Amino acid sequence: MPASQTTYQVQNSLYVMTPGAYVHLDNTTVRIEIERETRLRVPLHHVGSLVCFGNIMVSPALMHRLADEGKSLILLDSSGRFKARLEGPVSGNILLRQAQYRANENKNGSITIARAIIAGKLRNSRSVLLRGARETQNADESAQLTAAAESLAASLRAVPGSPDLDSLRGTEGEAARRYFSVLGLIVKPAMREHFSLPGRSRRPPRDRLNAVLSFLYSMLMNDCRSALESIGLDPQLGFLHAVRPGRAALALDIQEEFRSILADRFALTLINRSQLTVKDFDQREGGSVLLNDQGRRAVVAAWQERKLEEITHPLLETKVPIGILPFVQARVLARFLRGDLDGYLPFLAKT
Amino acid sequence: MLASVYTTAASDKVGTPDPIAISALQHWAYCPRQCALIHQEQSFADNLHTARGQAVHHLVDQPGEAIKAGVKIERSLPLWSERLGLVGKADLVEIHPDGAILPVEYKHGRKRQARHDDIQLAAQALCLEEMFDRPVPHGAIYHASSHRRREVAIDASLRAAVSEALTAIRTMLASGRLPPPVNDRRCRECSLAELCQPELIAERERFKRALSGLFDPDSEAA
Ligand code: SF4
Repeated sequence: MPASQTTYQVQNSLYVMTPGAYVHLDNTTVRIEIERETRLRVPLHHVGSLVCFGNIMVSPALMHRLADEGKSLILLDSSGRFKARLEGPVSGNILLRQAQYRANENKNGSITIARAIIAGKLRNSRSVLLRGARETQNADESAQLTAAAESLAASLRAVPGSPDLDSLRGTEGEAARRYFSVLGLIVKPAMREHFSLPGRSRRPPRDRLNAVLSFLYSMLMNDCRSALESIGLDPQLGFLHAVRPGRAALALDIQEEFRSILADRFALTLINRSQLTVKDFDQREGGSVLLNDQGRRAVVAAWQERKLEEITHPLLETKVPIGILPFVQARVLARFLRGDLDGYLPFLAKT
Repeated sequence: MLASVYTTAASDKVGTPDPIAISALQHWAYCPRQCALIHQEQSFADNLHTARGQAVHHLVDQPGEAIKAGVKIERSLPLWSERLGLVGKADLVEIHPDGAILPVEYKHGRKRQARHDDIQLAAQALCLEEMFDRPVPHGAIYHASSHRRREVAIDASLRAAVSEALTAIRTMLASGRLPPPVNDRRCRECSLAELCQPELIAERERFKRALSGLFDPDSEAA
């Protein structure tokens, strides 16, 4: 296969997190002012989307320009949860949407895609565990991680035989519990005093590792949603996740195959390298734990850098920046829906 | 604006097809799939159109063309033909004092095939004939790089070529299907390559193999 001729550009997201900051357009430069002082200038052509956490002011001129250029403006609440998005009229692909709706109505179509997504998720989760097993010094823990990886392999084998979405979700749920029951073993022993993972807790997260995971999932979800919207798929109509008003079900679907390799592994790296410490978290009355302002900044900065790192895409046989993986996969899905490909193939990390 | 007015008028009449953009002829000539991606899927068409439009606009705006006294020059003139179901724009149209009308198409690329340019020009001439109710027997291609102007006779064979191409494009658009990728040299210069994924689709066998091993934990990724 020839090297891909395509050139990929990482869409740089510009994250603005300081409450009260004013973001506006100065000719072709985006300028961020805090208390009337210019803190940052970024040429507009470097900005793929503008992401605002909480109370940020954006000038109308900048909003119009973002819309004109097909760049999105995303509003998150101060803890990173999705609120709203302003998107230019680039996604007018009605035939693709029709194909998406048809595939969704067709039980066979839905389950085929859902199985592929879960297979991707299980394989990638498994590769995170196997890598953890290889890297640990502790033989007993290595065995625990390997055993869990084996159990994910068994779940993977069961996927093609799952007759419907409910049984598939059951298989997935059980595998996820197994996975999270050992994921904490990849935290280095020296860090475990402050970062243990007693299973997955969300809404709100109740320990520090879960707090990081929740935050990363929310950023990853945004990237997946942007990818889907930019190629004209409807982010709300999913194959695995059920339709629910206000839920970007397809973005959640696409996100599944990336969670472990992009978010989980990344969270563990941040902790193991002490890029995140106890000071980056706030513990609230009643037991919830959240990243504080300083912690969010650290995670966002590292995440932006991480998205620029290149990884080999096994199908395209070419190096692509991690940040565009959701875009590549959204296109693979679109090509399948339009009848160009025989199925949906998730992104599979090398073990 | 004009296009939408036309669309409304056309769709009122049962059996009257939607108008086709004159630019579709050029896209079709380059690659049928490209034509379908732009005019059927409407994906990223904006990027491509804007890029091309700006390039041409820049050239058309350059001073120094031979402007004869008394000749009215219309730039970016909206064009249409009800009869053929065509809409588009002419880079430049000359309206001479004697009533003669001449479309002039600006070209900037290096290795363009003359026949495709001529067909596009003929489509413009056919629109002008209908709009002004006057024969348009000639057009011209202006090659910006060499500053050469080439007269083209809008003859019967070119006129036939326009309607043949239109029929083929209509058939393709109506089918709702995407033609397969050409997957050759053309893809390297195609701005839709990223979306089209010609290499991935051409490697169907490899894709199938990867797909069949998806649920086997021991099978390698792709
Ligand atoms: S990438 Fe190749 S096959 Fe696809 S539209 Fe462009 S020229 Fe045609």
